[in-house]
Amino acid sequence: MSTEDSIKINPEFIYHPGNPLPEIEGHVSCGRFERILRSGKFAVTSELAPPDSADRTEVFHRAALFDQVVDAINATDGSGANCHMSSVVVCALLSHIGYSPILQISCRDKNRIAIQGDILGAAALGVGNVLALTGDDVSAGDQPEAKRVFDLDSISLLMTIVKMRDESMLLSGRKLSHPPKMFAGSTINPFVPPVKSRIMQLEKKIDAGAEFIQTQYCFDMPMLTDFMSEAVDKGLTERAFILPGVGVLASARTARWLTTNVPGVHIPESIIKRLDSAKDQKKEGQKICIEIMQQVKEIEGVSGVHVMAYNQEKHVAEIVKESGVLGDRKPWAPKNEY
Amino acid sequence: MYRARLFASKHARTYESVYNLLSPIILRALKVIHKLSKNTLDTPITWLEKKIKGFLFDCQMCGNCVLSSTGMTCPMNCPKTLRNGPCGGVLENGNCEVKPDMECVWVNAWRGSRKMRNNLEIQQIQFAVNHEQEGSSAWIRLAKQEIEIKDYEH
Repeated sequence: MSTEDSIKINPEFIYHPGNPLPEIEGHVSCGRFERILRSGKFAVTSELAPPDSADRTEVFHRAALFDQVVDAINATDGSGANCHMSSVVVCALLSHIGYSPILQISCRDKNRIAIQGDILGAAALGVGNVLALTGDDVSAGDQPEAKRVFDLDSISLLMTIVKMRDESMLLSGRKLSHPPKMFAGSTINPFVPPVKSRIMQLEKKIDAGAEFIQTQYCFDMPMLTDFMSEAVDKGLTERAFILPGVGVLASARTARWLTTNVPGVHIPESIIKRLDSAKDQKKEGQKICIEIMQQVKEIEGVSGVHVMAYNQEKHVAEIVKESGVLGDRKPWAPKNEY
Repeated sequence: MYRARLFASKHARTYESVYNLLSPIILRALKVIHKLSKNTLDTPITWLEKKIKGFLFDCQMCGNCVLSSTGMTCPMNCPKTLRNGPCGGVLENGNCEVKPDMECVWVNAWRGSRKMRNNLEIQQIQFAVNHEQEGSSAWIRLAKQEIEIKDYEH
């Protein structure tokens, strides 16, 4: 008899976290995302920007834009150091419906005590994937007067997740009666200095327990190809699934704005020129994204692609379909209207 | 001091040699001092360490010193206090996203580590800082650890 059965609660108030799939040997989570990757299929993930709202239907509307084209949905954690609905709650809402959300945890806002609590809570609500991030600095957001925490870094966070999951204990050594079964990932940005150190950093993250890696926006194919060939040579693509990030640029102006205002975004001049000379810049931006997706899929060692289309989420389905990277596969989507 | 800090990573190999030469001497001296005076001299020793490492590396006295694993660059000068490599926000010119006039601590650290004999140490994973040790002397802790190990072995 489970705990839920032994306590008499009005059934309406029992929270059923999605429908966890049966456990498979060799898998760390019960989620769909890990299954897609481990079965060798080319995965597509995308990013949901949590709303500035206390209305959960806004979350559902945003997620529905990705139906049938995305295998997992990242819920960003205060991205750009701006406050939005919490990523734990967005992931819980999504997993309740049956989506496979990826819980982004930024090290900027919480110390190790809070983060471990969030991991347990998210897992209890059926969240099966977690992404460890450093996080944008508070100075990037609209509340630069906030205190930055950075108690852990992304690598220490990965080690924390893996310890909780595999050793069933907290950092302090205190035992957990039920470990959080989460598929753990992290990020890498191979496009900014010190470029030569990035492969070592990737290796460190994988050593620390990253099972999947999503990269920052890739607009520079030669740089990605170099990075990936080094990763293949080092055997890193055998140890973790790598999903390069691709972006949808709305115009040359957006591209320039991103380069100057968002740290870590590297867009080659040739891409900006191409956008500039296009008649329909918006369409051209989508075309660039599609081409990059197709090229990324051909690179050895790549397991999928992560589409980041901030403010352009409604075009993701069209772009993914047009790129053909999924073949004839249609990722899971909820059948019922909500 | 920022300039002294840049100098340290540029000359990481020399610093490494000096460190390898001096650290056993300093440790031995500290062990003797500790045995004779117990904890009474901890405060002046900590003060001295703060002054020396502060001048050379902009040391922030985190008490968890990893200078030899980070190309002789103190990672606590990173505004995000990252100890395992750079964040994804490094500017195209190699400067810090938070302090655009400062070179990224990890660009600095990587350059330093390439010059060192033991250039693989930067690959070692450093778990998050133990904040209980903040402000304390890493030298004294090392000396005490060695004494404890010796006592244990006896």
